[in-house]
Amino acid sequence: MQRRVKKMDNLVPVPSLGLIPERDVGATPILDIHHLGIDFGGLHAVDDFNLVIGRTEIAGLIGPNGAGKTTVFNLLTNVYTPSRGVILLDGVDIRGKSTHQLNKMGIARTFQNIRLFKDLSVEDNVKIGLHNAFTYSLASALFRLPSYWTSERKAHETSLELLSIFDMQGLADKLAGSLPYGAQRRLEIVRALATSPKLLLLDEPAAGMNPSETGELMDNIRKIRNTFEIAIMLIEHDMNLVMGICEGIAVLNYGRIIAKGTPDQIKSNPVVIEAYLGRREEAGA
Amino acid sequence: MNQQTKKLSMPLRYVINTALFAMLLLAGTALVNSGAVSGYYTKVLMLIGINIILTVSLNISTGYLGQLPLGHAGFMAVGAYASAIFMTRVGLDANIAFPIGLLLGGVTAGIFGILIGIPALRLKGDYLAIITLGFGEIIRVVLLNIDSVLGFKLTYGAAGLKSIPKTTTFFNTFLCVGIVCFLIHTMMKSRHGRAILSIRENEIAADACGIHVTYYKVLGFAASAFFAGVAGSLYAGYLGILNPSSFGFMKSIEILVMVVLGGMGSMVGSVLSAVVLTAIPELLRAFSGYRMIVYSLLLIIVMIFKPSGLMGMYDFSMSHMIEKIINHKPGQKKRNAKAGEENG
Repeated sequence: MQRRVKKMDNLVPVPSLGLIPERDVGATPILDIHHLGIDFGGLHAVDDFNLVIGRTEIAGLIGPNGAGKTTVFNLLTNVYTPSRGVILLDGVDIRGKSTHQLNKMGIARTFQNIRLFKDLSVEDNVKIGLHNAFTYSLASALFRLPSYWTSERKAHETSLELLSIFDMQGLADKLAGSLPYGAQRRLEIVRALATSPKLLLLDEPAAGMNPSETGELMDNIRKIRNTFEIAIMLIEHDMNLVMGICEGIAVLNYGRIIAKGTPDQIKSNPVVIEAYLGRREEAGA
Repeated sequence: MNQQTKKLSMPLRYVINTALFAMLLLAGTALVNSGAVSGYYTKVLMLIGINIILTVSLNISTGYLGQLPLGHAGFMAVGAYASAIFMTRVGLDANIAFPIGLLLGGVTAGIFGILIGIPALRLKGDYLAIITLGFGEIIRVVLLNIDSVLGFKLTYGAAGLKSIPKTTTFFNTFLCVGIVCFLIHTMMKSRHGRAILSIRENEIAADACGIHVTYYKVLGFAASAFFAGVAGSLYAGYLGILNPSSFGFMKSIEILVMVVLGGMGSMVGSVLSAVVLTAIPELLRAFSGYRMIVYSLLLIIVMIFKPSGLMGMYDFSMSHMIEKIINHKPGQKKRNAKAGEENG
C-alpha cells in the first residue's frame, strides 16, 4: 500500500509505449509475453501472441467478438494453462503458478460478467481483496488477539480509502448485489485494486455504461494509474474509451495479433479496418 | 449507522455478551441442580445442547462454505468413539479425562475432516454430497464390523461400546455450546471467515482475489468436523453407551434438516431450529401416534412459506439491540428502524 503515497512526479511523463516492438522499453517491462498460445482441441484460440507492456502503461486489447481477448486474460491469470509460450511478469516466469499465487505476484483482474460476492457487504468485498495485505493467524482471529484488532482496523480504514476513489464510501454497508450495475463494475475494480497489483486487467470495464459514466470511468482509470503507478491492460469495445486513454493498443483477430501501435496508428491501419469492417471489394460484390 | 448514534466498543460488547451468557448458564444450572427441572427435561435440554453444536458445526460447511456434505454423523461418530475409548481406557479422574476427551474427539474428527475433505472437496454439489455420504457410511460400517484393533478390544462393533462414564451435564454441555458458538463467530468475522464466505459467493472471483481456495475449503470442512467431534464426545458422555447404528445416514439428514430449517448461513437460525426440532418430538410424546406427522408438516410449512429458513441469513446481535435501546429517542423511531434493517 505504500506505493500510493508517491506523487505523480515519479511517474514516467511520456507513456512507455511498450506495445510498439521497435521501442526500447528501458526498465524491465511489467509484462513480457513471448509466443503465447493455447489450443482447445484443434482450434488455436490464441496463437503466437507477443506483447510487451511498460510499467505504468495503459494498454488496450481490442478485436472483434470471439477474437480471443478474454482468453488472453484467462491465460495471464492461469484460469487456462497455456499450451505454448512464456509469460514474464516483472521479469519472472509465471509458468505453473496458480491463480491465487499470480494474484499475490501482482496480477489482479475484473470479469466481463461481473463476479462480485453479492450477499456480502461492499466493505467485505473490498476486505476480501485485502486478504493478503493485512494478515494474522487463525488462532489470533479465534481468540481475538491484538494482531487481529490492529489488522482489522487497518483493513477497515484501507477499504474505505479505496472505496473513496470512486466516491463509494457511503455504500460500504450495502450489499454488493443491491448496487446499480455501474457501481458493481466500479466495486469490482476497487476489489481488484485492494490486492495491490502491479498489473490490473480490466475486462470490458465500460460495458453497459452510458456515455457520461464512461467519461467518468476514463478519468478514473487514468487517476488509478497515476496514483498507484501500475500498468493497466483493458479489453473494451467502446472505441472512444480505448482511443481516449490507451497509450498502446493491440488488435486481436482469430487469436492472433494483427496490429500493434498508438491509437492514431491503429485508427489508420488498413488491416484493422479490414478486420472490423470487411474488405471494400467484398462489400461491393 | 450514522455518526450521531452511539456505538459500543468491541471489548465492551464481548464483556456484555459473556456476562449475559454466564448469567443464563448459571441460572440454568441452579434450576437443574435444585431439582426444579425434572431429570427427563434435563436430558432433553442436554440433547438440545448437543444438537445445537451439531447444527452450528454443519452450518460452517453448508451455510458459510456453500457445500453440501451428507456425512456429518460420521464425524460425530469419530469424535464420540475417540473420546469414549479415551475415557474408558485411561484411568484418569472423570473430571480431568472429560475435557481432554472432548478435545481429543474434536481433533480426531478434525483430522478425518482434513483427510476426507482433501479428495472430496475437489467435487461440487451433488457429487460432493454423494462422496461424503459414502465416507459417512464407511465410518459407520467400519465401526459396526471391527470390534478389536490389533488384539485390543476397542470399539466392540455391533455390540456397542458400554460403560462410558456419564460425564456430560447440563453445565458442561451449555458451556461447550457457548464456546463453540463464540469460536465459530470469531472465525467467521475475520479474514479467514471472509475467505470462506467468498468461496460460497463466487469461487472464481475468490481465487482471482488471491484466496487459496483449496486451503480454505479444507479449513472450513475440518472446522465443521472438529465441532461435530466435540458434539459426539458430549453425546458419548450423555448416553454412556455408543452404538454405530445411531450414527447412520438418517442422523446426517436430521442435522442437515435443522440447518436448512434455521436458514443456511445464520447461526441464530441454526440454534433456534436445533431447539425447536429437538423439543417438538419430545413435547409431542403425548400424541405419540401423530408426532412425526406434525414434525413433517412443520418442515413442509416452513419450506413453503420461508424457503430461506426461519432466519434467512440474518444474524442476531445482542449489542445491536443494546445500541438501539441506547440510541432510541422519541420521534426517531423510524430512522432507527431503518438503520437497524441496514445492519441486519
